Formats: sequence, structure tokens, C-alpha cells
Amino acid sequence: MNIDQWLRENTFHHSSFWDLKNIVAAKERQGLKISLCIPTLNEEKTIGKEVVIFKSELMHRYPLLDEIAVIDSGSDDKTLEVAESFGADVYRAADILPECGLKRGKGENLWKALYQLDGDIILYVDADIKNIHPRFATGLLAPLVYRPEVKYVKAFYDRPLAFSQGVRPSGGGRVTEILVRPLFSLFFPELSAIIQPLSGEYAVRREVLQEIPFPIGYGVETSHLIDVYHKWGMEAFGQTDLDQRVHRNQDTRSLGRMSFGILQTFLRRLRALGMVDKLPDMATTLRQFQVNDKAFEQVRYEIDEEERPPIATVPAYQKKFGKR
Amino acid sequence: MSTDIGKGELLRSLPGLAKEIAKYREMILANLVMVGEIPAPTFGEKERIAFLMQRFSECGLHNCSVDEVGNGVGVIDGEEPERSILLVAHADTIFADTVDHTVTVATDAVTGPGVADNSLGVALLASLPTLLEGLGIRLKSDLILLGGVQSLGRGNLKGLRFFLANNPMPIQAGVCIEGVPLERLSYSSIGMLRGEVSCAVPVEYDWSRFGATSAIVTLNEIVTKILEIPLPRRPKTNIFMGSIAGGTSFNTIARNAVLRFEIRSESAEIAHHIWGQIDDIASEVSSQSGADVAVDIFARREPGGVHFRHPLATTAREIMRKLGLQPRTAPSTSELSAFIDRSIPAITVGITEGENLNEESESIKISTIATGVAQLLAIIRAIDGGHCHEH
Repeated sequence: MNIDQWLRENTFHHSSFWDLKNIVAAKERQGLKISLCIPTLNEEKTIGKEVVIFKSELMHRYPLLDEIAVIDSGSDDKTLEVAESFGADVYRAADILPECGLKRGKGENLWKALYQLDGDIILYVDADIKNIHPRFATGLLAPLVYRPEVKYVKAFYDRPLAFSQGVRPSGGGRVTEILVRPLFSLFFPELSAIIQPLSGEYAVRREVLQEIPFPIGYGVETSHLIDVYHKWGMEAFGQTDLDQRVHRNQDTRSLGRMSFGILQTFLRRLRALGMVDKLPDMATTLRQFQVNDKAFEQVRYEIDEEERPPIATVPAYQKKFGKR
Repeated sequence: MSTDIGKGELLRSLPGLAKEIAKYREMILANLVMVGEIPAPTFGEKERIAFLMQRFSECGLHNCSVDEVGNGVGVIDGEEPERSILLVAHADTIFADTVDHTVTVATDAVTGPGVADNSLGVALLASLPTLLEGLGIRLKSDLILLGGVQSLGRGNLKGLRFFLANNPMPIQAGVCIEGVPLERLSYSSIGMLRGEVSCAVPVEYDWSRFGATSAIVTLNEIVTKILEIPLPRRPKTNIFMGSIAGGTSFNTIARNAVLRFEIRSESAEIAHHIWGQIDDIASEVSSQSGADVAVDIFARREPGGVHFRHPLATTAREIMRKLGLQPRTAPSTSELSAFIDRSIPAITVGITEGENLNEESESIKISTIATGVAQLLAIIRAIDGGHCHEH
């Protein structure tokens, strides 16, 4: 699939999916079950609102979600108490699949959710979203409900407050633009069309999730993208613009730790795919994003890092300076 | 639930009703979060009203629209459309749209700017169609749900006044919903004049000639003189000085200063007399200091309302007591006044307890909401059943 075509056909805006009745009807026709998994670690400030909104709007008012589960890594605040008081099913990751032991990290919760939850589609939404809204679920679930060939829908957030020109830059956060997109541009150029590869909100069919490994830490999103791409191709992906996401900002040192985890995962995937010994020809195109009149388009930059040899090997240099 | 319900039966059903309502807690809270996160400063309520309209149409209300001034109106049809009850919650808050409107939900509290005053009121309007349907309550009267705009400050109840002046439906009674406090009960309004005294020092002001050195000092003189105005004990009268602003920095002479005040009195005549005195003070200080001093009155309420023994007031008290609430009666200067001006019997009730009112950390208690809503539904049913009319 051509990347520009993929961007046109598989990139959505949540506002296209305003008709919740229709989404629920399509879901029921297919007999789909949908589970929401919220991985948590000390999120008492935001979890209550998230559970209330999803439960009331997407279970009671429109029965899109069949279960809402909080899977916790061992919070020492009131996260579980608050979530349970508003009707979420709450689980400690340590209690799920105890024979597999417990590893610390968000990916662990996402993985164990597959065993604990029943859904044919699993929707993952982080717990630290300050401006939670039903669109965080509907925008990601609707493409899966309407398009059987789509298997993995990723969120991105693009809400310019004021921009005077027609074309403006877009894209992800610092780690995405400095690390992940350059890496994808080098090794998996098509994947660089995923505007925010690290976003923590995505909805995926179980048939996909049960077949791929889960890094337990920072690398889980990157690893998923590479594995799904490798097994099912670009057609399996969709991405939805959910407008603004308000959350905690991380300092540069935290981003360093995150990058280190992602690099480990990335290199491990290269090895698993047998790409370490057989590196592809080095790509020289970096792909970044801009929005042109509401349409997302890739901007390609040719960056060819050619090298010069040590100057001592150049005859003219040798002639002038001799041996020094 | 039958539409014809005796008052005794209605009162007996109350404790059970509160329990039933508690099952709708998440819906009310979800509406509160979504309403509360849409900023709605006075004159900027459009988006909040649009949300209310969306809720009304999702609930299948056929008759809902935004009127000329921007009020959001939805009607739940009754069996006898020649009667109607108006429920109103003001949609505006005192918070500018630049304030972070994030709402947080804890086990027994919802916190965020405006959640109590009056996002909870609007959230209830949005929840009522589902609540009434879920509880099987059908009314004889049409129930008009009004999200009123331009209520606070300079808005001066414009939304509700416009609706009352222009709507063709015969309104037998009004209920004003405020988020807090739970035990409040208002059925009368006191006279009120709301305004500003503004001092401006002219640009060409001769600083060496006059004693006063800034607009703040001039305004201070005015404040001192206002405090010297003698106030009668009866009828009860008061002057509230609610806010003062002026100047720009530590060491720049303040060219402008503004005092916001309200005169409240059980007597309209006395309130007007005090306004005259403040006007005189302004002229006197202006001529002495050379500053421009202006008094601008932009909102007023006439005293009035239903009597203590009016069936609407007595029934509301009975309902509250039956729910274990101790009614705290106090006159109001809010929406109630617009009903009083048109001689429509009306009351104001609160829905739950709250803290830090009108601060960004404003919060409401979750566990008492069901009781507050039970009180509201019972009052509506009592009006509908004819238990609140003067015979």
C-alpha cells in the first residue's frame, strides 16, 4: 500500500464517528465484545473521572463497552479504591497468571489484560489523561467496528490553537521526533506514517494481540508496531486524531530513560527479524509530517550523511604536509 | 409511577426515591464533568448550551431549541399540555474561559471551577429526561428545562427574563436549581441594586495641585464615605462591597480604580435612596479631587415573592424535612427575582453540599446528591399534583 494512500484512507478524525448509535448497532450485528483496559500506577487523581465518563457514556447510555477494567501495577495511593467505587473491575497485575510471575512495567499490565479480559477487541487507554472524553474510546473503536481489515488503531493528537498559514508542522513528542521516527525512516520507512507511534491509547483485535510479544516497559508500543507491520502489513493499521490530550509533561531525563528502553526493544526486534546481519541499504529519506488544509501529508527530507576519509590519506595533503 | 399522587403518598415515597436515584450517580457525575469542563463565562455560554441541546436530543426530546438570546430549552411533554412547570439552572459561571476547567472526581467529591455554581444545576437538567424515564415518573404538566444564559453579574438574568417575556407556555410555577447548598430554600427576593463606582484620573491631571495621589486613594475616600451611610435595622438593609481593583504595579500612579457593590434591602425605596446617596458621594469626591467618578447601576431586583405559608413554600419544607433536611430559608437575588417580577410562584433549591464556592478549587459532595435530586423531583411532582397552588 502506498503511504500517501494509506494516510488518506486509514487516518481518521474522531468527529467522523459522532453517531454512537450506529457504531453500537454495527458492533452488535457482528457480535463483538469490547473490553477497556486502563493500566494504572498511582493515578487516584484522574482515574475516577475516567471510569465515570466511560461507564456512564459508553456502557449505560451507549452500550459500546462490555467491560471496564483497571489493571494496577501496585499503586500505594487510592487508585483501586476510587476506580472500584465508580464501578470498574479492578485487578492487581500480580494476581493475574501468578504462575508467570510478576514483572514491573506498563506492558506487563497490558499483556495480563489479555488473559483477564474477555473482549474480541481490547482498548487500552492511559489513566493520566486530564481531559478524558468518550471520543478517546469511540475514535479508536469505530474504525475496527466498521472496517474488518483494520486490526490496530492508534491515537494521535493534533490540535493547533492558532496557525496563520495553510500548511503547518505536525507530529509527535520529543522522543518520537528525535528517536523513533528517524529509526523508522531508516529501517521501516512505511511505519513513519504513524503520526504518534508512542501514544498510549490504541484499540486492537485480540487475534493480533495474542500473537505478538509484549515488552514490559517503554518499548511496548514500538515493538507492537514493528511486529504487526511485519505480520499483517500497513493495511492492518489505522490512526485517529483525538484532538487535544492534556497530561503530565515529562522532564528530559525521564525521556532519556524512555529512549533507552525503546532503543533496546528496537534492536531486539531487528535481531528477531534477522535484520542485524543483513541491514537494508541505508535509507536517506527522513519522513516528517505537516498538515495541509486538514490533510496529513508526509514531508520527505533527503539527508545523505556522506563521509570524507581521514585527510592524511589524500595525496595532495600528503604532498603538502608530508609525514607528521 | 401514577401521575395522580396524593401528598401523603408522595412524602412516604421519598426515602425509597433517594435510593433509586442513587443508581443514576455515574450518569449525573458524567454530565457534571462534561458540563463543567466547558467554560461558560457570562455572555460566553454557547458551547455549554450546545452540549445541553445534544443531551436533550439524545434523550429523544422532540421539543428542544436554542432561543434568540442563547438559552437552551427542552420540553418533556406532559399529559395536559395546558400546564407547565419551568425548571431553570443558570448556565454561566464566574470563571473566565482562560481558567483551567479540568474537573477531578474523587470517591466523594467532584472538584473544579464552577462545579457547584452552577455546573451541577445544568448537569441535572441534562440528566432529568433519563432520570424521569428510568424512574417511570410521568407528569401531567409539561416540564420545561431551561439552561439560562447571561444570568450573573452584568448579565442581570437576561436569559430567563427573555424566556419569561416571550414564551407562549402557561407557567404555573418555577423551580430554580443551584448546585449548593443542599438545605437552602428561597421563595422571596430582597431588593437589590448592583453596580460599580469607577474612578479615573485624567491624563493631564495636575499631580502637584491636589492632595489625592491616585485613583486608588480617591476610591478609598469613596469607600470611607459609603461606610458612613446610616443603614436602618428594619427593613433589613445592607451594602456589600464585593470587589475592588485598581492600578497596574507597585510604583506607577494608578489612573483607574473600580469598586463593585450591591445594595440589598427589603425595601425598594430604601435601596433607591442609598443609591442616591452613593451618587452624591461620587459627585462630592469628584469635585474635590478632580478625578472622574462614575456610578453605574446595571442590575436590579425588586423585593417580593411568595408568603411563608404559600403552599409551594410549605410543601417544599415538608419534603425537605421528610428527607431529613433542615430547610434554611433565605431570600435570594438570583433567578427567583425574574419569576417574582412576573408574579409566578417559584422557589430556589440546592442539590448538595459544597466547599470553596467561587474559587477554582470549588467542590461538591457526591453522596448527598441523590437526596437533593429526590427533593427536586418530589417538589416537581407536588406542583404537578396541584399541591402547591393557592386556592
